Amino acid sequence: MSGLQLQNISKRFGRFTAVENVDLEVPQGQFVCLLGPSGCGKTTLLRMIAGLEEQSSGRILVGGEDVSGVPTHKRNLGMVFQSLALFPHLTVGENIAYPLRIRGVERTKQQERVEELLNLIHLPGFADRPVSKLSGGQRQRVAIARALTLSPKLFLLDEPLSALDAKLREAMQVELRQLQQKLGITTIVVTHDQREAMTMADLVVVMGEGRVRQAASPVEIYRKPADAFVADFIGSTNLLELSRDGAGRAMVLDRLLPGIAAPEGKAQLSVRPEDVRLVEAGTGSLSGEVTFVRDLGGTIETFVQVGQATIVAVTTPRERSDLKPGQKIDLELPADACVVLEK
Amino acid sequence: MKAVFARFVVFALVALFLIGPLVVVVGVSVNEKQTLAFPPEGLSLAWYGQIFMDAGWRSSLFASLFLATFSAALAVAIAFPLSWFLWRRVAPWAQIFRLLGVAPFILPPVITALGLLTFWATIGAYGQPWTAVLSHAIFFVTLPLVTISLGFSSIDRSLVEAASTMGANDRIVLRTVIMPLILPYLISGFAFAFVLSLNEYIVAYMTVGFTMETLPIKIFNALRYGYTPTMAAVSVFFVAVAVLVFSLIARFGDLPRLLGAEARGADS
Amino acid sequence: MRREPPKALAHYLPIAFPALMLLVFFVIPFSTMIGVSFFKRDPSGFYTPEFVLDNYARFLSSFFAGVLSFSLFLAITVALICVVIGFPFTYLLSRASRRTQTIWLVALLAVLSLSEVIIGFAWSTLFSRTAGLSNIFVALGLMETPTALMPNFWAVTTGMVYQAFPYTVLILYPALARLDPTLLEAARTLGASPMRGFMNVIVPAMRNTLVASVIMVFVFALGSYLLPQILGRPQHWTLSVLITDQAIYQSNMPFAAAMAVFLVLFSLALVGLTIMLGSRKDEA
Repeated sequence: MSGLQLQNISKRFGRFTAVENVDLEVPQGQFVCLLGPSGCGKTTLLRMIAGLEEQSSGRILVGGEDVSGVPTHKRNLGMVFQSLALFPHLTVGENIAYPLRIRGVERTKQQERVEELLNLIHLPGFADRPVSKLSGGQRQRVAIARALTLSPKLFLLDEPLSALDAKLREAMQVELRQLQQKLGITTIVVTHDQREAMTMADLVVVMGEGRVRQAASPVEIYRKPADAFVADFIGSTNLLELSRDGAGRAMVLDRLLPGIAAPEGKAQLSVRPEDVRLVEAGTGSLSGEVTFVRDLGGTIETFVQVGQATIVAVTTPRERSDLKPGQKIDLELPADACVVLEK
Repeated sequence: MKAVFARFVVFALVALFLIGPLVVVVGVSVNEKQTLAFPPEGLSLAWYGQIFMDAGWRSSLFASLFLATFSAALAVAIAFPLSWFLWRRVAPWAQIFRLLGVAPFILPPVITALGLLTFWATIGAYGQPWTAVLSHAIFFVTLPLVTISLGFSSIDRSLVEAASTMGANDRIVLRTVIMPLILPYLISGFAFAFVLSLNEYIVAYMTVGFTMETLPIKIFNALRYGYTPTMAAVSVFFVAVAVLVFSLIARFGDLPRLLGAEARGADS
Repeated sequence: MRREPPKALAHYLPIAFPALMLLVFFVIPFSTMIGVSFFKRDPSGFYTPEFVLDNYARFLSSFFAGVLSFSLFLAITVALICVVIGFPFTYLLSRASRRTQTIWLVALLAVLSLSEVIIGFAWSTLFSRTAGLSNIFVALGLMETPTALMPNFWAVTTGMVYQAFPYTVLILYPALARLDPTLLEAARTLGASPMRGFMNVIVPAMRNTLVASVIMVFVFALGSYLLPQILGRPQHWTLSVLITDQAIYQSNMPFAAAMAVFLVLFSLALVGLTIMLGSRKDEA
């Protein structure tokens, strides 16, 4: 059953195209992250799903129903805003009960539901607390609870964790994921933090310049990026020019690369730093010189100059801990770890 | 510390300058005899009682309170829908009304007074008390306009969006989200207009000066035709009202912010 | 709730009432006044609706020129005094604690809202023979006998400064409250004492605000109507006094209206100048 369907959605502001031809199919109950740099259109897309912006073209279907022209207040969704938007003049309980109150639900039922939700977010007894007296993490949770009051079909979050400090953010990512699993609600989160997306999402939608670059599971996005943009945005990677020799075999940095299918046109090769193997000088396919070593305690980054390019290799201390700048070293690029990206 | 001392001296001098005349007025108002004497020769609070007991002063008091209350209310009634419209809709052409709302206040008062005088005289309503209410309402509409606009600009629009995602249509958002948040600004706008209307002389004089004697008009007439310490008592009354009203605004709202500083805590 | 241009007729409803009120009770009276300024004065009644320029011609009389130049002179004197005292005061106020600021703002608002009548009365008391400053001075031995210190040009000026001072502070307050505190700190790390820092860094940085404030207080002071009458002699009467005098006591509405129109144009020009200066941001 489909949770959310976007068909050929576009949004133009005058001559500026914020979102272009987005097609997306999200199965019911999945956790989706819209991921990309600022300005890529992800927030605009989310707002169109919520009805806060009107799409220039295309259709939006929630649970199979076409909601394209339906105003926001009739779409029955729950949304958490970046600023959280908690009503300052209401208490925690009154905030959470707001959707019920405006529908005329009677008092006792309101209180029951508020209790239920407060327990869900681990803040029992907070109903009468004024919003101003909450910590950042607590406000976060109240905003989430309020969005879930009516058990909506769709749960939307716009950079919900950006205001939290690093440690709290990591904890909240896990909590949010667990909550979503428990409720089984179709969830769309906008974020620019790829670690966040990797932690929480079933489906990661990478956006750039208004278009969807790739929509796949986190692992697939990481291991098989669709293009250079995705490869570079997710984690860090080495991007090398891929060329062909006379016989049509793949070459990188003027060396043959066995096991790699030579591309038809122009292409790049992406290989993650943790896949680059450092071997004794003279034993590998690429030769270079160490220019910089960054020892981060848990990992070691080694920068190797090969011809005009710099290749970064990441190793754990157990594997290699004695390289210094100036040393000669060889590299191996395993074929199964390399991804060919056509331009 | 030299800087702290210098600041203390400056503040003290200015305080002396501002409060000095008021101290004298208070002193004069408690003088026993009906003469202008400072320091007071003999103390008496009788003159304060006169405000309520003397028929002339009492009717002026009621006239002033009546005028202030209704004109301030009308000023808010004009300013609120205008501010709401400017905040809610995109309408550059409507800015002209904001300009018209600010104009009477920026120009020298005698001009607005004269304009209104010619207008009322032309349509034949010159001297009617309700013309004073309308005149003051227009003259002071700037004050609630400024406070209410400030109030609207401080409302986070995502609150409105959040409410609509929870099922609230325009009317419900207005009632449950906007009104509670804008209420303090409505009240402070009313209070500002009220206090200023209470004290206002020239517009009141030019429009209804011959039919209705507000307190400032009566004081000015009394200055010319005969002195009583009741005048001083009324002056003290005015100052007390002003201090009370503005203290209340400060108590329940953020007065520095209302006057142009950044929000509380923004500078920490 | 999206912020969009109004679409339905109902959307225009909120602005209907305010627009109507402002048009009928401000724009029309204003226009009537401009119209009346061109009418002919009728000695028996108000005026006859004929189009004449007589009223504006009277501007060229020496009497009018005298009143005008005095009004301008008085207003600029008041404005300069207010800003010279008000600027350092407001600066110090803006550096004080929030609580101190609030107390002062309440006091300033209270004085600002005070009727011109009451200010005139208070100062006329202070300047009187029997109950004023001279009594205090005699008690302190600085004067021999109590005398009235008014009517007098400086009495008028003092009263007007008293009235305009809170206004000056409230105009300067937003700019100074938002002033970057690191500006002065930087000067002090370079060796300037607070006083020098203030004079050499703050004052020049706020040049535009200062000029704009002088202009705004100047316009405010031009509107002073009662103080020149209470604290001064007829030679001290300003344009505002003359306008009311002509309108009510001399029954010469057209001339009064003409002077008022002139005053409006003059004030608008100055306000326009202030706005232009305001849009040219202060340095720093």
